[in-house]
Amino acid sequence: MSTKKELHKEAPLLEVKNLQTAFDIDGTDYNAVDNVSFKVKPGQIVGIVGESGCGKSVMSLSIIRLLPKESGKIKLGEVIFDGLNLEKMSESQINKIRGKDVSMIFQEPMTSLNPVFTIGYQLQEVLFNHLKITKQEARLKSIALLKSVGISRPEKLIDEYPHQLSGGMRQRVMIAIAIACQPKLLIADEPTTALDVTVQAQILELLKEIQAANDMSVILITHDLGVIAEMCDEVMVMYAGRIIEHTDVDTLFHNPKHPYTSLLLGAIPKMDGQAERLSSIKGIVPSLINMPAEGCRFANRCPKVMTECTTITPLLQDVGQGHEVACLLFETSRPKEGVRK
Amino acid sequence: MSIVSVHKQGDHSSSQSENLLEIKNLKTYYPVKGGFLKRTIGNVKAVDNISFEIKKGETLGLVGESGCGKSTAGRTILRLLKPTEGQILFDGKDITRVSGKSLREIRKNMQMVFQDPYASLNPMQMIGDIIAEPIYNFSKKSMADLKMEVMGLLEKVGLPPDAYYKYAHEFSGGQRQRIGIARALALKPKLIIADEPVSALDVSVQSQVLNLLKDLQEEFDLTFLFIAHDLSVVKHMSDRIGVMYLGNMVEVSNKDSLYANPLHPYTQALISAIPTPDPRVKKERIILKGDVPSPINPPTGCTFHPRCPMAMEECSRSKPVLKEVKPSHRVACHLY
Repeated sequence: MSTKKELHKEAPLLEVKNLQTAFDIDGTDYNAVDNVSFKVKPGQIVGIVGESGCGKSVMSLSIIRLLPKESGKIKLGEVIFDGLNLEKMSESQINKIRGKDVSMIFQEPMTSLNPVFTIGYQLQEVLFNHLKITKQEARLKSIALLKSVGISRPEKLIDEYPHQLSGGMRQRVMIAIAIACQPKLLIADEPTTALDVTVQAQILELLKEIQAANDMSVILITHDLGVIAEMCDEVMVMYAGRIIEHTDVDTLFHNPKHPYTSLLLGAIPKMDGQAERLSSIKGIVPSLINMPAEGCRFANRCPKVMTECTTITPLLQDVGQGHEVACLLFETSRPKEGVRK
Repeated sequence: MSIVSVHKQGDHSSSQSENLLEIKNLKTYYPVKGGFLKRTIGNVKAVDNISFEIKKGETLGLVGESGCGKSTAGRTILRLLKPTEGQILFDGKDITRVSGKSLREIRKNMQMVFQDPYASLNPMQMIGDIIAEPIYNFSKKSMADLKMEVMGLLEKVGLPPDAYYKYAHEFSGGQRQRIGIARALALKPKLIIADEPVSALDVSVQSQVLNLLKDLQEEFDLTFLFIAHDLSVVKHMSDRIGVMYLGNMVEVSNKDSLYANPLHPYTQALISAIPTPDPRVKKERIILKGDVPSPINPPTGCTFHPRCPMAMEECSRSKPVLKEVKPSHRVACHLY
């Protein structure tokens, strides 16, 4: 087992290849995630940033196959986790991985805990599912876990119900559940969006500590560029279901290449800046139903739009030093054959 | 006019002409009912003795975490809630106890932009009617004039004329917030209370709305009370900022002084907690312990003392009052 792990050390822990997730609306499939590929290395924190409706949450749900069965489906692509193809697995096989090797923290700590079970029950459920453990051991382990996420009176809290806790405490419990089996990959979908800034600072600090202590990989999904800057090693910017820029965090903030990224950075009010006007992006993200079939999806809002932007779909390609951009301003993004439809 | 009389006049009414809004020791409590007879068994002290003033043409930002009473303060000023104690002076008049016709008259001059653009517009009403309603309520204009005016307002907030005949569900969040702003502007008020006007919006849309509010302020000479939890947004919008914690005002200052040199330990922690959108900036974080306590039973003395890294013995005993420690920089803390 250990030799296998060493072999994989250099290889990415997670590899998503050409993922396409569609939702069925009135009998037609609309792609919420369109042709997304990326890798996550062991011990890395990868950020995914984008505005609401850009497909970042749908993508994360696709990775561990938690999409609503009736409407959402993965049409194309593969998700390779630790050498295993998650999309090809049976439900019982993937259940062994969910919560153990890959776990997830959701945005709403108010709704992601079950209100009718105690905190202890919900924590121990994960332990019983994945580990051979006695009741006594499970209880002790849950108390230790709660302590490790900075809860001061775990012996009491374990018998309390979610409604007795504040938002920050619930998110700590969620994190304790997520790290219970020491996962290799943690997907955190807007873990601090519902929290106040001072509590957000506590939770981000905690996530960093846990990540470093367990050498875990994290996919951090957020709309807050400040959170990205503080937490991540690499960043992907998503727009309307596609990744439009992918680079390390320093380059993204100091040398953004895609017009959308530049505008997004200019739109945040800065604490130290004195800018009288913020840069704004005209219009809104096209809805899933009105998504242009070809061309760049940002074309209708882009200040640098060219005529071919509406006909040629730009590819996400390396423009140097691993900085990937999908924009026709860069020669690399043009499809090789150059076929114009 | 002689110099003497000018001086005298200015002297006499300086506080009245400068301050559009003045709040003195305002308290708003929500009763907690319980027991067999549903008697009042306690109070949620949502706003507990705050005082501040807003000058004409100025933007005062009110920040604080959820539950600190900033929205309650805004609503009490508009008299949508009944103040428990204290005084609200608007344009020199005491409006704390007015009611009926005179309250309606005053409300013409103060309007509100609400947080949730999805819940604050009537889904059954045409946008044109939503914006026309305040004008219709207060003036006897012909339908044609009314429509002209609404069209003008739509243009001012950057919406197309055909928005007049549409319904709220046909618009995005940012556009709905523009509709809310047009409705607030309809009566040409002096004061607009904006309660978290951009917190439901995405960054790119948020910047559009913030720019719009700034433009309108300049054009119509508006005074804003800008309530938000996002310190960087508040800094961008405001001239002066008040920081609230658990129903109390802990610090009031002009924005540059507040951000460059925050005095209250809570303000310091709040500012240090904001993630900076620049990975090269490494800053010292002050991480507060615990959560905001319940406003039903707030801690004694300074309400912040159980979480305060600088707490002294005195802090649990006596409540600090807001006092000026630097020019136009007031703080309520025993350290000063």
